[in-house]
Amino acid sequence: MATMSAGPAKIDRQISLPFAQAFKIALRNITIRLGRAMITGAGTMLGIAFLMSVFAANVARAAANEAVPLAEQQKQNWLVAMSLLVSVVGITNSMLMSVTERYKEIGTMKCLGALDNFIVRLFLIESGLLGFFGSLFGALIGMIFILLTRLNVVGNINWLHMLMYLGICLLIGTVLSVIAAVGPAMRAARMAPVEAMRTEV
Amino acid sequence: MAASKEATTSATVENSANGGMKNGGTLPTADGTNEAYSGQEYIVRAKGIKKTFLVGGQEVHALRGVDLDIKRGEYISIMGPSGSGKSTLFNMIGGLDKPTEGTVFIDEVDLAQLDAFELAWLRCRKIGYIFQTFNLIPVMTALENVTLPMIFAGASLDEQMERGRRLMDIVELEHRLHNKPSQLSGGQQQRVAIARSLANEPAIILADEPTGNLDQKTGKSIIELLKRLNKESGVTIITATHDDKMLSISDRIVVVADGQVTKITTPQEMDLHKGTVEGFH
Repeated sequence: MATMSAGPAKIDRQISLPFAQAFKIALRNITIRLGRAMITGAGTMLGIAFLMSVFAANVARAAANEAVPLAEQQKQNWLVAMSLLVSVVGITNSMLMSVTERYKEIGTMKCLGALDNFIVRLFLIESGLLGFFGSLFGALIGMIFILLTRLNVVGNINWLHMLMYLGICLLIGTVLSVIAAVGPAMRAARMAPVEAMRTEV
Repeated sequence: MAASKEATTSATVENSANGGMKNGGTLPTADGTNEAYSGQEYIVRAKGIKKTFLVGGQEVHALRGVDLDIKRGEYISIMGPSGSGKSTLFNMIGGLDKPTEGTVFIDEVDLAQLDAFELAWLRCRKIGYIFQTFNLIPVMTALENVTLPMIFAGASLDEQMERGRRLMDIVELEHRLHNKPSQLSGGQQQRVAIARSLANEPAIILADEPTGNLDQKTGKSIIELLKRLNKESGVTIITATHDDKMLSISDRIVVVADGQVTKITTPQEMDLHKGTVEGFH
């Protein structure tokens, strides 16, 4: 063992957590608490579904050669912004809960040598994944819903535009989820390793 | 088992904190005086540590000046009633908390001089932690829990698997590699935690009431395992405990009361069977 060695200690700084490993741990954290993860994801899903429905409605209108009145466009923008804001607040809230719940786990990881930024990374990846899948489903739901209500123009739809809007929704949903998790993740990372020693649950 | 790893570690750049000490040099101490440096004999040296907490605007002195030297390969138990400062002392030695006054040296390195990265490195490689509540990561299998510190230390996947399996073998859980903590008994979980604490071949194992959440029989087997590791691999073991069995196999027992070390004794002197010890109820 290490104690047999002669010579003073060499303190190094190198501590690593490869992205693949961090991803694996984050994914596991989601799958093991799938029920709650789905509720968190559902927040993103609803916000993005609404955003995509607005986009898809515009594409459908273009296909039917209808103009969108300016006032209505502004109202839509406002509603979209509000719904996204609500999703962000929802995600922040559930990530905060998740941090509180995992105090001991985070403290333990720090005792094992995890740096603050590992903890941040784990939470951001987790939230990013939730955001990605939430917005994927949300975007599809929003699109399908609008297409079903405008079946008469489906033939004329510009699918390239539709695909582009899907991409935008995915991007917005994922980025917003990650941003929403920054605060909670920092809070988790600042936790002292000694928290792991606390015996009360 | 660490021979090759240590050889490479020793080849790395000399740390400035201990430069010039090898040739009978001196080590700066907390009070500014210089003291003959007694080489590699001590793995932990605490000098005049005081810790003051501010609780509700009132100063609480958890430690009132503690000196403690722990030799390499020693099995030390720290005991004391709750509120005695036992946990605080324990956390200081483990690099989990910083003293208000005084210095803690681990393996000749002054903890106060280390930044966050170096402290993390120290926790990762030099110290293995064992907790009263086991603290395995619930989403990971037993083997993954054991290999997690190795990932932090940058070990290759092959190395992780090889060492992880060997450690699980040492704690006699080679048949439960892929079980989640929730599928293991308390004793088994604590064995996994012991294997995890050994992951990067630390110089010190810190065990905080390792038998506190276990029944008598299981606790006994955990104590025997710790003692065996201490004897066979020479790892220094520091425990905070109330457990008589744990105390009886210690090399030395440090009794803490009222923020001070009131006595450093041996199990023989303490006559454990009678069960009454000064400063401890």
